[in-house]
Amino acid sequence: MNWRNVVTQEYLNNDLPNFRAGDTVRVSVKITEGEGAKARTRIQAFEGICLRRHNEGISSTFTVRKISSNIGVERIFPLHSPMIDNIEVVREGKVRQSRIYYLRELRGKKARIKARNRY
Amino acid sequence: MKGILGQKLGMTAIYGELGTQIPVTAVYVGGNKVVGKRTQERDGYTALIVGFGEQKIHRLNKPALGFLKKQGLITDEQEQTEKTVRHLREFRMNAEELESFEVGQELKAAEMFNLGEKIDISGKSKGRGFTGVMKRHNFSGTKASHGVHEFFRHGGSIGCATYPARVFKNKKMPGQHGNTRTTLQNILIAGILEEENIVLLRGGLPGANGGVLEIKKAIKARRS
Repeated sequence: MNWRNVVTQEYLNNDLPNFRAGDTVRVSVKITEGEGAKARTRIQAFEGICLRRHNEGISSTFTVRKISSNIGVERIFPLHSPMIDNIEVVREGKVRQSRIYYLRELRGKKARIKARNRY
Repeated sequence: MKGILGQKLGMTAIYGELGTQIPVTAVYVGGNKVVGKRTQERDGYTALIVGFGEQKIHRLNKPALGFLKKQGLITDEQEQTEKTVRHLREFRMNAEELESFEVGQELKAAEMFNLGEKIDISGKSKGRGFTGVMKRHNFSGTKASHGVHEFFRHGGSIGCATYPARVFKNKKMPGQHGNTRTTLQNILIAGILEEENIVLLRGGLPGANGGVLEIKKAIKARRS
């Protein structure tokens, strides 16, 4: 086996759902509050449309955009980060680009994405 | 000072406890062997001679062949195509430390270094050839406009005039860049894969992938 696979093997998250740009995903992120003995971990969800996936082995990331109180918010998550508890695909969207940055310019009804049919 | 040799494999990343991404360089450290010792009586100093890598016996030159035979690592019966060590390096250490090693003994990274330990790395940096002053010394060059012509990547003036009538020593000028021995201090051991004989060292290391590196005990690390 390639040495890079050997090294990263134990850090890879193997039970990720299959999702791509245009899909609506809910990402459950672990958040640690406080320090030392008082540190507590809770889980916070971030739901939005995946704008892009950046595939690069252990360093793979994906960008999620949502509209939070009328302001667009984007977060880039490392795909294999141990801080990601779960990724859930809420809705599959049909888009023609792999990076749907044009969504940033669109608001309201224009920012809709058609559902993807599964055959 | 304990030390082993390794071969740079390349860079990747791992995740730390709090989800921090740690950039690491993977170094193959399998097949390190004690080849010999330098002693006070014979050589005037004490050091451990470590061998690493492999090559066929017939590729050795006469002095290396003679040395390895004397150390008992090659016997006369061995075929010319059999493998022996390729790279030899010395690591200075005091006589007491030296006693804990035997010639022929294999050196394992997992036994010599601990996870989280700081180490020093030496290797040969990538050669960049004869390089201009912008790349070599981070000079800023000259303006691209305002009438500048044919003087974009030059270093400018190299000194004064009648006095001192010479260019000072160590003046930064174009020349050979890289392909020199480079040492990095206090590199963190971010991971040790014992079975695969790979250590993961935080950050980038000198030289191209496949280059030979010396991994030594850190001389300036703070004791914890």
